[in-house]
Amino acid sequence: MSDTVNHSRRSFLEKSIAVGTVTIAPGILLHQVASAKPDDQAVTDSVRWGMLINTNKCEQGCTDCIDACNAEHGLVGNGRPETDTQYIRKVTLRDKLTGHELSLPLMCQHCETAPCVDVCPTGASFQRKDGIALVDKHICIGCRYCMMACPYKARSFVHESVTNQTLSAPRGKGTVESCTLCVHRVDKDQIPACVEACSEGEHDAFMFGDLNDPNSDISKELEKHGGKQLRADLQLNTAVRYQGI
Amino acid sequence: MKKIEYTAIEGKSLAYYGLLGGLGLIMLIGLLAVWHMEHEGHYVTGMTNQIVWGMPHVFAVFLIVAASGALNVASIASVFKKEDYEPLARLSGLLAIALLAGGLVVLLLDLGRPDRLIVAMTYYNFKSIFAWNIILYTGFFAIVGVYIWFMMDHNMYKFKKQAGLAAFIWRLILTTGTGSIFGFLVARSGYDAALMAPMFIIMSFAFGMAIFILVLMASYHWTGRELGDEVLDRLRSLLGVFVAAVLYFIAVYHLTNLYITEHHGFEKFILLEGGQFTKVFWIGQIILGGLVPLALIYAPGVRNNRKILSVICTLVIIGGLSSMYTVIIGGQAYPLEIFPGYEVSSSFFDGVVNDYTPSMYEIALGVGGVAVSLVLVAFIIKVLPFLPTSLADNK
Repeated sequence: MSDTVNHSRRSFLEKSIAVGTVTIAPGILLHQVASAKPDDQAVTDSVRWGMLINTNKCEQGCTDCIDACNAEHGLVGNGRPETDTQYIRKVTLRDKLTGHELSLPLMCQHCETAPCVDVCPTGASFQRKDGIALVDKHICIGCRYCMMACPYKARSFVHESVTNQTLSAPRGKGTVESCTLCVHRVDKDQIPACVEACSEGEHDAFMFGDLNDPNSDISKELEKHGGKQLRADLQLNTAVRYQGI
Repeated sequence: MKKIEYTAIEGKSLAYYGLLGGLGLIMLIGLLAVWHMEHEGHYVTGMTNQIVWGMPHVFAVFLIVAASGALNVASIASVFKKEDYEPLARLSGLLAIALLAGGLVVLLLDLGRPDRLIVAMTYYNFKSIFAWNIILYTGFFAIVGVYIWFMMDHNMYKFKKQAGLAAFIWRLILTTGTGSIFGFLVARSGYDAALMAPMFIIMSFAFGMAIFILVLMASYHWTGRELGDEVLDRLRSLLGVFVAAVLYFIAVYHLTNLYITEHHGFEKFILLEGGQFTKVFWIGQIILGGLVPLALIYAPGVRNNRKILSVICTLVIIGGLSSMYTVIIGGQAYPLEIFPGYEVSSSFFDGVVNDYTPSMYEIALGVGGVAVSLVLVAFIIKVLPFLPTSLADNK
């Protein structure tokens, strides 16, 4: 084997590495300071994000949560309600026996054993360890089986081209999407847009927090006044609970 | 055992080229429809966020179910050792592959991202019955391909029975998987039933046999080859048993649901108040797809009447498509029961029966898939010796 060393190549590599390191290093150092949860740290199941919705405080006809969600995710109606995406919707209920009427917001329930995750052929529909159910837009093939499987009809299919996307959640024609529990905000120690809008509108129907922490506001409220799952018989252990139904 | 002579068809007549051309045109129209759906987005179809799977899936699932059933004749020959069916085994295998190919083409081209087929073949979530189906479908091509090879190759003929058994078991698992796509869904009242898997298997017997008989009659009639009455009589009797069995499964499914109060809403919808779905169920699935064929099969005096046999098979196929329509689309049209005991309304069509009108694009895609299957059969029987030169009686 030859002992000759290509000095010019070696010195080029050394200089390139030096330049590269100097360029990237400040980003790495500052980034770790800036984000609440460092991006290079995996999500763990020590936290389980959940929501509690008090339907007694939910006003019929109010759409603050929906408007906030649409604005946050750049969801634009195309005048086609049957195919337009809705991450969250208001449902009006009337008890057939008593006539009692109420309304509530309905979105992805982020079930612990989510049927949408079970049925996805590619694994694009997945669940983070902290309980948030998401769709990986890189590998979603748009088969819509998760939409068939969801007991809450939470998912929408992107039926037309998407324009003017926000940076919050990637969307794409031909893939499936749903409420992300505003994961992009939660990872920055913020609360979901719907929760924030409801409290800013002073209805305070939403609560958001860590279900695994017995001292969080949401856990204490659940312990005091309870909270029901929708379709509790399916035993999906949803992260979203409701009071007043 | 008398040696059977197999020959490729000549396939040089104007009518033959006309057939290929016509089917090719149908495929082209289907492709144009796909281009439009893919380019604009699925909003141009009748499928929505409420009716998520539509006509393409009706056709695709029908073809896939029929594909596994079309293999029945070969299985009866190889696995159940009925020598009388031996001459039909090669065509049976070919038809199975062709129908599956047609069904899969429709399924794949309806995906939101058909360009991600490679993703579908390399990323697997093994908890998903859909993922298992992808493996089962591709494996079916391989196993039946090997089976056909063993049937045609003198050196491998002695392993034909083992290949036939493997193909038989594989197609049972495949159809179980297809039925389970619906059976495994807890979300919807019309699904969530273990019965869906065996029901799909029985339906596959009927649909596959009906298509097989039609293809057999057409290919022999149009090439002037002899097709005896004995062969058709046997197949017709089998078809009768299968159609009766399908009616039995449908009856058990609905009777069971009628005992379960929480499913009463869905049953009332399908059986009485579902508008188009009720019509398709009773007229398409039960009467045209079940009772009329049974009456014609067992009626005295129609035994060797080939025109009536064609009608019977066509009706079974119509019944099959109706069954798929009722199951797939009817099952989605009925609203999800998220709030039992409440009247529900929302901007997302909760609590209402969902409307569905198929667009011409979806129908073009579905029919295009059928054309793919038929073109494959028509072309391959010209290239390779799949058809016995004669199927005359007392041979």
